[in-house]
Amino acid sequence: MKFGVIVFPGSNCDHDAFYAVSASFGQKAEWIWHDSHSVGDVDAVILPGGFAYGDYLRCGAIAKFSPVMQAVKDYAADGGLVLGVCNGFQILVEAGLLPGALIRNRSLKFICRDVHLRVETTRSPFTGAAHRGEILRMPIAHGEGCYYASEQTLDELEAEDRVAFRYLDNPNGSLRNIAGILNAQRNVMGLMPHPERACDELMGSSDGLTIFESMLRTVQAHRAAFVPAGRR
Amino acid sequence: MITADLISQHQLTPSEYDKIVDILGREPSYTELGIFSVMWSEHCSYKSSRLHLKKLPTRGKLVVQGPGENAGIIDIGNDYVIAFKIESHNHPSFIEPFQGAATGVGGILRDIFTMGARPIAVLDSLRFGRLDDPETGARNRRILSGVVSGIAHYGNCFGVPTVGGECIFEPCYDGNPLVNVFALGVCRKEDIFYAKAAGVGNPVIYVGARTGRDGIHGASMASAEFTEESKQKRPNVQVGDPFMEKLLLEACLEAMKTGAIVGIQDMGAAGLTCSTCEMGSRGEVGIEIELDRVPQRATGMTPYEIMLSESQERMLLVAAKGREEEVFSVFRKWGLEAVEIGVVTRDGKLRVKHHGEVVAEIPNRELADEAPLYDRPHDVVPAPVRPVPNLPKADVQNSLPTLLASPDICSKRWIWQQYDFQVRTNTVAGPGAEAAIIRIKETGTSVAMSLDGNGRYCFLSPREGARLAVAEACRNLATVGARPVAATNCLNFGNPERPEIMAQLVEAIEGMSEACRFFDTPITGGNVSLYNETLGEGIYPTPVLGVVGLMATAPPVTIPFKNAGRALVLLGGLGSCDDARMGGTQYAKEIVKQLWGLPPLLDLEYEQRVQYAIRRILEEGLAESAHDLSDGGLAVAVAECSFGPAEVGAQIEIVSNLRPEVLAFHEAPSRILISTNNPKRVVAIAEKYEIEAPVVGVTIEKGIEIRQRTVTLGSWEISALKSAYDGALETHVR
Repeated sequence: MKFGVIVFPGSNCDHDAFYAVSASFGQKAEWIWHDSHSVGDVDAVILPGGFAYGDYLRCGAIAKFSPVMQAVKDYAADGGLVLGVCNGFQILVEAGLLPGALIRNRSLKFICRDVHLRVETTRSPFTGAAHRGEILRMPIAHGEGCYYASEQTLDELEAEDRVAFRYLDNPNGSLRNIAGILNAQRNVMGLMPHPERACDELMGSSDGLTIFESMLRTVQAHRAAFVPAGRR
Repeated sequence: MITADLISQHQLTPSEYDKIVDILGREPSYTELGIFSVMWSEHCSYKSSRLHLKKLPTRGKLVVQGPGENAGIIDIGNDYVIAFKIESHNHPSFIEPFQGAATGVGGILRDIFTMGARPIAVLDSLRFGRLDDPETGARNRRILSGVVSGIAHYGNCFGVPTVGGECIFEPCYDGNPLVNVFALGVCRKEDIFYAKAAGVGNPVIYVGARTGRDGIHGASMASAEFTEESKQKRPNVQVGDPFMEKLLLEACLEAMKTGAIVGIQDMGAAGLTCSTCEMGSRGEVGIEIELDRVPQRATGMTPYEIMLSESQERMLLVAAKGREEEVFSVFRKWGLEAVEIGVVTRDGKLRVKHHGEVVAEIPNRELADEAPLYDRPHDVVPAPVRPVPNLPKADVQNSLPTLLASPDICSKRWIWQQYDFQVRTNTVAGPGAEAAIIRIKETGTSVAMSLDGNGRYCFLSPREGARLAVAEACRNLATVGARPVAATNCLNFGNPERPEIMAQLVEAIEGMSEACRFFDTPITGGNVSLYNETLGEGIYPTPVLGVVGLMATAPPVTIPFKNAGRALVLLGGLGSCDDARMGGTQYAKEIVKQLWGLPPLLDLEYEQRVQYAIRRILEEGLAESAHDLSDGGLAVAVAECSFGPAEVGAQIEIVSNLRPEVLAFHEAPSRILISTNNPKRVVAIAEKYEIEAPVVGVTIEKGIEIRQRTVTLGSWEISALKSAYDGALETHVR
């Protein structure tokens, strides 16, 4: 499997994501530069954490206009797997690929620490390798990670089983303890915690591998089911 | 027209001015006066300290680059090196805490990546005034919050983990907080870059942010005492842009790979002035620049302003002639400006043109390296004699919770949780650990780091205090299994023109020098920050030491007890301490509320044997937990070891003739508390190294109890102590 890691100016978890899926998880990875008009022939795209374009405006507000985001939208519309982590989640929300918004943490401070997440659905390409209700431990590191959406949107997310993860110990004030969500087609996921930082017991946890393992299984199942008609 | 007034406004003495006239063979222009004033400021020239800094050890087997470059470099094997340095940003952080601290981080990060190394760790040593002082507490809380947010803002956005440090509160830092930032980076040995210009005819290229009017005379500001007017100096503080710095990092590292860069230096203190003349001086060449080509943020800037601006996120580099385009294309890719502003010349001079006319022409070497050198008077006793006061009756039971909740000892989580301490996924041990440990993915080995400094000890004896700082930093590294190999220092002192301050500086340098030689940790660079005084009040002499150690990459032995029923061995022994040596302890500060006598007594030989022993014990996998005794002594260490997720406590039983409060809280060095299931082997190793290693107790399921012979000095619930320890800083900050 080949992961594509997008590099926006100001991305700073791009190396970590690349290292996690290649060195720790043993798959291929390649960079996708922010002004590319295509994501290339990858099996999944990762929007990494960081401060894209400095994030001096609203987080992700500028990144959504970068050329690669049109390519990501096309790729997602085509059914491609898109994972947004932290700043990547913020960008997906700004770009309209996921609903809601991520606002300042309730404490108004940047928070870096481990959190416990409950897997809310296994019916997704990102959580298929987990058990429903399984508890994963991963770090968060963000100043604007409080998930916010209208009551109607929140009800919809729950009714459609699109809440992927909830915090057990809500660190930032996210509504209904939401830590990660899926789009309606279930091929785009955003989450604030960092799975790529939890791929090695030496770093404190390897629970993040569950997400990459789920993605790998999805891609392999897809390959087994369909004879590829040609590379994307 | 240069008047006496103008000269003194530039903080130059009449004799310094005469030297300038001598060098130039004529009166300087206004621009030249400005250039000399920043290069010959205390901050840039080390004119008061240089003579004594020579006493520090700077060489060693692993030292690739000692002092004199942007950062020191150490060989870590497998063809890789680490570059590291500590630097202060004290004065700007008082005037504008957020930006002052943020640009402090920015400055030291550039020092690292200008050498070709990617920054992978930051640590901070911070000092503030008391947060609960009725008069100054509100301002001190504001400064603390601002500094922490500033460090977080810059480091988090740039993408470097802030993995450790220290934070101490004393009234002497009320009007003069200390913000010392340490950074470390890694690169291949063959990819090191130096800040040296070479090759006559090679283009001089300016990259990064545009030049504005911010930070003009920052270096001079950092070389004067604070007065009431200092608060008016806010415009002197620069504004940081970590996003720009991140782009600059990536672009510089990528451009370095092209092979088209000859030399490179960041523009930090004294901006364009410093980078041009220092690069020229190191390469023994001249540099000619045309200021019209310098990208500018404001219109109508004068040559004086352009040369002295300390706008952030700028670099100067010399490229190989004919290969400019390779450099430009990399910077274009990252959306950064890169402009050829001049050329390397043969004549050894810094020649500055504006609209084609020469506005400054100064020999580089004289400007950069021949600043006045002062042997300032220091023939006085550096420390006051403070007699032992009447000591209160011992109350270990109530003193321990008080100490655990005191600002110096309590958990600093409120601070470090605001820092991204995990980005780059190398943090094996982060904030709150004995020492920070960062793995080096490229070599498969790890680096451990610790910052230490104790102003109270140094106030009582600068020489012993400095030795103790070196010993403690090395001990912290040993306690996680690392071998200390090199150090960097940040010397924070008051006004060196006062003999008693100068005496403190000299004594501290000599003490540090002795200890660094002893532990074989050469000082490869650092920073001196003088004039840390406000309205004539000096800070405690505060030398801060950053020590770097090497170790294998492995799961670390951490502070908390893991299991009940383990023997507790106090490696190094109970130590001894008379009443005079109690005077610098946290017990003296928080319980007696006085400062007297002398710092704890250090025996370097014994200390080293303890460090050998602990490394051996860790190598053999004998310790389940390890924690060195420092602030608050044995009782505080036992409590801290009990605050882990397992909430395993301890029963301590000691046979000793020390007074109870001395036994519980004295701070004699060379002591490490470990829990082990093989005390026999631990004691055997201790015997081999000829150190004491009494078994002082056992870990237990619940609670902490300390007994002296049959007398219970105190017994506590872990949760009560832990909540006091965990929540104290947040309560103080509110």
